[in-house]
Amino acid sequence: MSTPVTLPRWADLALLPLINVAVAFLAAGLVVLAIGESPLEATGILLRGALGHAEGIGFTLYYATNFIFAGLAVAVAFHAGLFNIGGEGQAIVGGVGAAMVALALGHLPGLIVLPLAVLAAALFGAAWAAVPGWLQARRGSHVVITTIMFNFIASALLIYLLVDIFRPPGSMEPSSRLFAAGGKLPFLHDLLAMIGISMPKTPLNLSFVIALGAAVVVYLLIDRSRLGYGLRTVGANPTAARYGGISPERATVVAMAISGGLAGMMAINEILGVQHRLINDFTGGYGFVGIAVALMGRSHPVGLLLAALLFGVLYQGGTELAFDKPRITRDMIVVIQGLVILFAGALEFMFKPALARLLKAKER
Amino acid sequence: MTAPAIALTAIDKRFGPVHANRAIDLVVEKGTIHGIIGENGAGKSTLMSILYGFYEADSGTIAVNGAPVRIRSSADAIRLGIGMVHQHFMLVEPMTVAENVLLGAEGGALIAGGLVHARAEIARLGADYGLVVDPDAVVGELSVGLQQRVEIIKALYRGAEVLILDEPTGVLTPAEAPQLFEVLGELSRQGRTILIITHKLKEIMAITDAVSVMRRGEMVAHRRTAATSVSELAELMVGRAIVHPARGEGTAPGAPLLAVEHLTVRDSRKVVRVEDVSFAVRAGEIVGIAGVSGNGQSELVEAIAGIIRPASGAIRIAGHTLTAADDAASARTHGLAHVPEDRHRMGLVTAFPAWENLLLGHHRDAAYGSGPLIDRERTVAATAQTMAHFDVRPADPLLKTANFSGGNQQKLVIAREIEAGPQVLIAAQPTRGVDIGAIAFIHQQLLAMKAAGKAILLVSVELDEIFALADRIVVMCGGKVVGIRPVAETDQNEIGLMMAGVERAA
Repeated sequence: MSTPVTLPRWADLALLPLINVAVAFLAAGLVVLAIGESPLEATGILLRGALGHAEGIGFTLYYATNFIFAGLAVAVAFHAGLFNIGGEGQAIVGGVGAAMVALALGHLPGLIVLPLAVLAAALFGAAWAAVPGWLQARRGSHVVITTIMFNFIASALLIYLLVDIFRPPGSMEPSSRLFAAGGKLPFLHDLLAMIGISMPKTPLNLSFVIALGAAVVVYLLIDRSRLGYGLRTVGANPTAARYGGISPERATVVAMAISGGLAGMMAINEILGVQHRLINDFTGGYGFVGIAVALMGRSHPVGLLLAALLFGVLYQGGTELAFDKPRITRDMIVVIQGLVILFAGALEFMFKPALARLLKAKER
Repeated sequence: MTAPAIALTAIDKRFGPVHANRAIDLVVEKGTIHGIIGENGAGKSTLMSILYGFYEADSGTIAVNGAPVRIRSSADAIRLGIGMVHQHFMLVEPMTVAENVLLGAEGGALIAGGLVHARAEIARLGADYGLVVDPDAVVGELSVGLQQRVEIIKALYRGAEVLILDEPTGVLTPAEAPQLFEVLGELSRQGRTILIITHKLKEIMAITDAVSVMRRGEMVAHRRTAATSVSELAELMVGRAIVHPARGEGTAPGAPLLAVEHLTVRDSRKVVRVEDVSFAVRAGEIVGIAGVSGNGQSELVEAIAGIIRPASGAIRIAGHTLTAADDAASARTHGLAHVPEDRHRMGLVTAFPAWENLLLGHHRDAAYGSGPLIDRERTVAATAQTMAHFDVRPADPLLKTANFSGGNQQKLVIAREIEAGPQVLIAAQPTRGVDIGAIAFIHQQLLAMKAAGKAILLVSVELDEIFALADRIVVMCGGKVVGIRPVAETDQNEIGLMMAGVERAA
């Protein structure tokens, strides 16, 4: 029997993730060294590419937007004791919802269409996640299995819709037509230009602000609301929840629906914000990265925002690095990202016992 | 003279600011049963954990059979012939008895040979010490008493000469405890040494040869059991004389506040657990439910509390008849409070801070927030007040519930349920795993509620507790009511017979 290791809160929330990231970078550095490039130089390019100039920052935050939504989705389900790994599928279905509104109503003013389109993304994603939630609550089918299967169903559904329903006549491309003006979320560089701040053109759009708002709402929901209390109770002790008059079945469906709604909103960044049409494969695996983001951020909105930012830096900086150093290919970048996920996500508790001993020794 | 089996000298252990063990000396003679008693948090478990290698003492020495040793892990302890039976069993439920016994002592890459050996050993131990158990039974399907036997066999299989038992009777039914004591007696007669941690003084008096008393991390006394008494031990343990609450004047009970009529409850597998049960609890009355644990009491309580739906019959709480639409939360709004039998499984979310546990069952109440949000400051303040009221220590609403001692966790549950101002209180095993001081306090609270004209349903496997508090006793066996007796017109013998299903003692 090993006694559970406990760390002071600051060490658990800040120091441990920092150590994990540092070790991940160290391991990635060894990989870079092995192919004959300088790790220091590579790190420099990566950081400069992601944070060194306004354009890089724009791209970094654009990527981070996806990770915020995906991470929040995983975190909400996690608080209720559920592991929703169907973010990809829920985002796909959310994108279909947003696109349907934008295609049908795009001729109307954006102030009317966009809220409806964002809401549709959330509702479609919520409905797609509520089904596995219901199956778990009523039939005991594990959400890990069902949400994964729902990912495949969603991606097949998307291809069918694109090819047979949304494709304009005569087009050879599996995508919908472009939305009319009312269905486009404004770019941040356009918004900032209106108040006289100039910023280079990047895909960063209003979705980022909506994502920050979603993080605040999730914080209030989980930490402050009666509903969130019920979800957390079910996650921590379902028997006690039932004793307290909280139905674990209902909480499971509700938590999955909220989680799916957040995942569905991930679609607005790409569909309403950048592409302005429904395309194939727009989720790009971000839904899975959301799991690592939520793990690293301890399922708390603040930690999660920082983790989302880190992954934004890795995506954007990695792209620059692949461009600058041909020997460090795109695949190498994926390896580096994988190492960060490995150390920060999967192995997050590896250093915990050692750190606890170290801190304890200092106390004496 | 032979060297003592265990000799601890000046053992000291701190956890941060907590001085869990302070200069502890303990000598356990070979072949004896030695009791260690003390309230929750007195340091008994820490001391045993040091002996079993979970923790290392900050200072002090341990000698086994006269030879000084260092015990750095439980593997060291096992090698020195020390075995431990934990309060919460360390068994793999889906595996068989023989497989569990073998676990960690397989003796090779293939387990077939080990299993043959284990089977033979289990048979031998059964014959030698009365530890009879089927080696091919699946552990999860055994009763708690038999599971404990498997734990003991596991320790003996590993060659334990010294056996440590942590609160061994806490999980046993009254019928199982004497069987355990017989086994322990047989073990000590055949030369093994038993160390038993408990806070049940009756057990200490019944089976031990010597007893050591701990209080607040210190060893306060060693006694030969024959030369001491329950009241002396109780005083040593608590540090002051215990005042048992007086039952109080028998006020005439009023109208029934809780009525159960022809109640039948089935479990999830459709097995009938409660069959056609009827009784009432009146205002100003405590009704005790007596029965060997597992005879439908838990299901009866959960049905009344709105946690499970009865198959048929009616439940009335303060005039309101529960319907299919009611759940545990709405039962509370009709004036019910429920102290559940297992605080860890049901009564508390141990990962939450204390204040969030005071919300359990009340998180939708208007008093604790506005609109969809919970008012954290107000709830924390209310919790601090409640904790002060019920003497929950430490009175820190932000402390994680798992970090309170068992007695204080139970007080937290009782505080929450009584503060809600119920008309009907169900108290299921309200003092299970709670030390003497807290038991007196909890009994006092129940009697105060009775005096205030509330209806209390007390479910307990401790007949002493029921006789100390209840006005009437409902005896259950096999899910049915065997009989109802006013406490003044019966005795423990009659109730004991009824618990076994005998309707009327001839």
